[in-house]
Parts: sequence; structure tokens; C-alpha cells
Amino acid sequence: MSVLDKRSAGRRQPRPGASPDTDAGDTAAADSTAGADKSAPEHGRSGRRGLPLALNAVSVALGIALWWALASAGFKLPTPPEVVSRAGTLIGDGTLADDALASLTRVLVGFALGTAVAVPVGFLMGWYGILRGLIEPWIQFFRTIPPLAIIPLAVVAMGIDETPKIFVIFLAAFLACVISTFQGVVNVDRTLINAARVLGAGDATIFARVVVPASTPFILVGMRVGLGSAWATLVAAELIAAQEGLGYRMQNAQLYYDLPTIFVGLISIGILGLLMDRVLLLAERRLTRWQERR
Amino acid sequence: MTSTPAKISVQHVTKTFSLGRQTFTALDDVSLDIAHHEFVTVVGPSGCGKSTLMNILAGLETPTAGRALVDGAPVSGPGPERGVIFQQYALFPWLTVRQNVEFGLRTTGVPKRERRARAEHFIELVGLERFADALPKTLSGGMRQRCAIARAYAVDPSILLMDEPFGALDALTRVKLQEQLLKTWSQDRRTVLFITHDVDEAVFLANRVVVMAARPGRVYDVVEVDPAFRRDEAFRLSPEFAALRNRVWHSVYHQEGRTAALSGSHSSPS
Ligand SMILES: Nc1ncnc2c1ncn2[C@@H]1O[C@H](COP(=O)(O)OP(=O)(O)OP(=O)(O)O)[C@@H](O)[C@H]1O
Ligand SMILES: [Mg+2]
Repeated sequence: MSVLDKRSAGRRQPRPGASPDTDAGDTAAADSTAGADKSAPEHGRSGRRGLPLALNAVSVALGIALWWALASAGFKLPTPPEVVSRAGTLIGDGTLADDALASLTRVLVGFALGTAVAVPVGFLMGWYGILRGLIEPWIQFFRTIPPLAIIPLAVVAMGIDETPKIFVIFLAAFLACVISTFQGVVNVDRTLINAARVLGAGDATIFARVVVPASTPFILVGMRVGLGSAWATLVAAELIAAQEGLGYRMQNAQLYYDLPTIFVGLISIGILGLLMDRVLLLAERRLTRWQERR
Repeated sequence: MTSTPAKISVQHVTKTFSLGRQTFTALDDVSLDIAHHEFVTVVGPSGCGKSTLMNILAGLETPTAGRALVDGAPVSGPGPERGVIFQQYALFPWLTVRQNVEFGLRTTGVPKRERRARAEHFIELVGLERFADALPKTLSGGMRQRCAIARAYAVDPSILLMDEPFGALDALTRVKLQEQLLKTWSQDRRTVLFITHDVDEAVFLANRVVVMAARPGRVYDVVEVDPAFRRDEAFRLSPEFAALRNRVWHSVYHQEGRTAALSGSHSSPS
């Protein structure tokens, strides 16, 4: 029984979890002989970083201006100063910090658990055809159910404390990450596995030194998608009788037509999600520096 | 040469691939014996099964019929005594040149110190010392090929299976690496199976040139090269070389009156 046999089953299937990110999608080590430069590697992009950053800032400023204009034109929107002052009070009395902490904890725990389970399951599915056949229908099935729809079940089965909230976030993160990991394993270039084999590598070495690194880009993309799903599920999860949390605060504000608070919640979620995504992006850049990007 | 038992023995090997409902015969009853310390080159049109033959000897494919023996034992999988250089280089893109070269030394348990030294030596041999810590993506095609060569040499295999290893190299580097290959071949008494699409190269390096034909892949002609010839520039320019070259050229390009296309640049990895 060789690695090839185990993997051969995984070739035909089309990509189920096509991820929104593009560049980490093809690890196939397609190396073009053209355009290879003989100078020192890495560092190429840093010089051009200033302009996009400036454009980003301009874009944000324009967006806020537009928002302000719409708010003053009579649309049902709070103005930026209203939102800022509300943010001030919410920060001042500690509500925002408590809410953010509660939400962040849920997202982080759910996301961490989801990823921690998804990566080994994805590896096992990619490596052993039998496990794949057993697990895949369930994953495909649960993928089609929005997390929101799981909530009634989760509440009945798990009560109304933290468990069901974390569970739905876990599920969202898990599903996004597991498919990506599995794809990564299935897509490992067979020539590289052959190269390792002729260099004396056994199955364990091939797994640790070829399959894992080769699927890392896929896993990281899966983690980023999973993180997005985790945040997306948060507000829904906090529908479940929460006492605090950004999603809870917004739903509470909704009862009183308290638009500024809703905006503070939205912006906080956006900023926290963005920061976490940047951290993952940084990790991705670091860990997949070897990839040829086009 | 046939008095000693063959180092490599290919006996009536047939390999078919099934493509959907059809089957495709990549190798049809191929037999070939390679003696210990022999240098055999293989030329033939693209798709005639050269790489398939090499993969069978490497233990990466199994013959559909017939058998392949190495040192008298049937090949049942890859082994570190058979070094392989793939047509597609197959460097690990996440490892640096040095780490790539050290890969086989790590799997075979060579202690770190010696690993370092040996990797250093072979990286120098292929002229990549300035790029030892570079990732493959920053290397040119020829440099990647040289890295793959160093990686295979480092394990010190008694058999070298090389699939168009010098295909992406410029003429100068190619001649240099040909000389180095001949040197390690004679010094370390290796047995070499060398696939190429370059008739000159095939004749220059070989004790024996095996010409293959396609559809189905088979041995079409075998041309012996007198081992008395010294592999130097004088040989390259000699009338004997020209005669051998003509003979092989004819076998490759005018197989049974039909003009066959040689596997040329289009067969290099894309
Ligand atoms: N895994 C495979 N499945 C189906 N067909 C295959 C497979 N591997 C090789 N073949 C077919 O077998 C034939 C021989 O392939 P092979 O790679 O050995 O040719 P080659 O002589 O090395 O050609 P080139 O000079 O272009 O490298 C080709 O027609 C190819 O399409
Ligand atoms: Mg080939």
C-alpha cells in the first residue's frame, strides 16, 4: 500500500470548496522557466506600498464623506459625529470593551476549535479514500445549511449558555477550513511525492515534509474564509439569549431604534474582523513565501 | 559486457495506460540489459515511452507485463541506490537549494555535519553556491535543473536514472555537466541510464545508444559506441563520432521511412 494508492482516489472530483481567494489556489508548482531573475530572492513589493495605502486612505475618507452626505440628506442614518460620540460613551462606561471581549472570545474559541478539528480531518480525508467517502457527504450536507438555521437545534440540544453560540461559530469555521485542507492534500503535485519517494522517504516523511507544506497555502486560505464565516455567524449566535456581545448590543439597540449604537457595533465587528484577517494574511505571506505568484 | 550479470534488466516489459475505455500502449515488449558500470543513453520521439521506462526502473510505475530487475531482484519500489532526475525537476518549492539537496540525506539518516558538507560539495559541483539559500522560484530553469542534479548526486546512488537532465541548460553549462557526469560515472563506477533528445549528447556520453520508436513504444535500434574512444573534444570532432551520430540520427528521424519528430523544447516542463 503506497501513498499513491491512497491518493489516487482523490483525483477526479471537482473542487467543492472553491475559495474566494485566488493566489493561493494553485500550488501545482508550475514553474515557468521564463522571467527567472538571478538577483537575490524575496523583497520585491515593499517599495510600491506607499501608493495603494494612500489610495486606501482616500477611499475611506470618501466613504465617510458620502455617508455623512447621505445622513444629512435625510436618509435614516446617524451622522458620523453621532456615532463617534456614542462610541465615546460606550467606551467610557466600559460597555464596548465588555461586548468586544465577549464577542472576540466566542469567535476566537469557535474559530480555534473549528480549525483545530478541520485540519486533521481534512488531512485524513485527503489521505485515505475510505474516510473521505465516509465524511464528505456530511460536510457537503452541512455546508448547504446556513448557520442561522442550526441555531434552533443548537439551543434545544445545548441550552442557552455559551455552548450553542460557540458551537455554531465552530461549525462555520470548521466547514470552511476542512474543505480547503482536503483540497490542499488532494492537489499535492504527484511529481513531488515521487521525488520524495526516490530520495528514500517513507509515508510518514512524505506526509510531514511534502504533503503538509504543500497544502499549507490551502489551509491558510481555508482559515481566512473560516474566520470570515465565524464573524458572520457571530451576530446570529448572539441571538441566543446573550447578556453581552457586539451582536447582542446591536439587536438590543434595534428594539429602541438606536442607530448610532448599531453603527458602533457594525464598525467594531468590521475592525476586529479586519485586524484578525490581517494577522492571518501576514502568517500566510510568511508561510507561503515560496509560492510562485503571478 | 554480457558475461557479468546485468545491473539493470528489463525483460519483455509492456506498459499500458487506460484512458477511459481505451487502453494506450506506452511500452510494447521492451527488453534491455544494462551491465554494471555501463552508460546507456535513450533517444526517441516524444511520447515513445522513455519517461515511462525510467519510472518503471525507478519503482514509481509497475509494468503491465514483463519485469524489471535491478541487481537481479525485481523492482518493487523506489530505493536510494537508484538516483532519479525527473524531467520536470521536481524541486520542493518550499525548500531552499541547500535544503532540497539535503532532503535525501536527511531521509537516509546522514548526520547533520556530514549532510552539510556533502550538500555544500554538490551545490558547488553544479555551480549554485551563490544560490544555496535561494528558493526554487527565484531560479532559472537551468539552475533548477542543476539543483535537481545536485540533489540526486548527493545521495550517492550506484544507479543514475536521468530524464533529459541537461535539457534546459545552455551549451556551456551542458558541456561542463556532461564532463562532470562522465567523471563521477568513471570514478564512482555508477551505472547510468540517460534519456535525452539530443543525438550528439546521446552519442557522446554513451557506451550504447538505445533508439526508441513510438506508438507503440519499443526499442527500435541499438548503437554501440566503442569504449576505447576517450570522451573529449577530439572525439566530438572525429569522423567516428560523425558516423555514429549519422547512424543514430537516421534511426531517430527516419524510422521506417516515416519522419518522426524528436521530442524537443516542447517537452520541457511548462
Ligand atoms: N499516467 C499516464 N496515463 C496515461 N497515459 C500516460 C501516462 N503516462 C504516460 N502516458 C502516455 O504514454 C506515452 C509515453 O509517455 P512518456 O512520458 O514515457 O513519453 P516520453 O518518451 O518520455 O516523451 P517525452 O520525450 O515527450 O518526454 C505518452 O503517449 C503518454 O501520453
Ligand atoms: Mg519524458
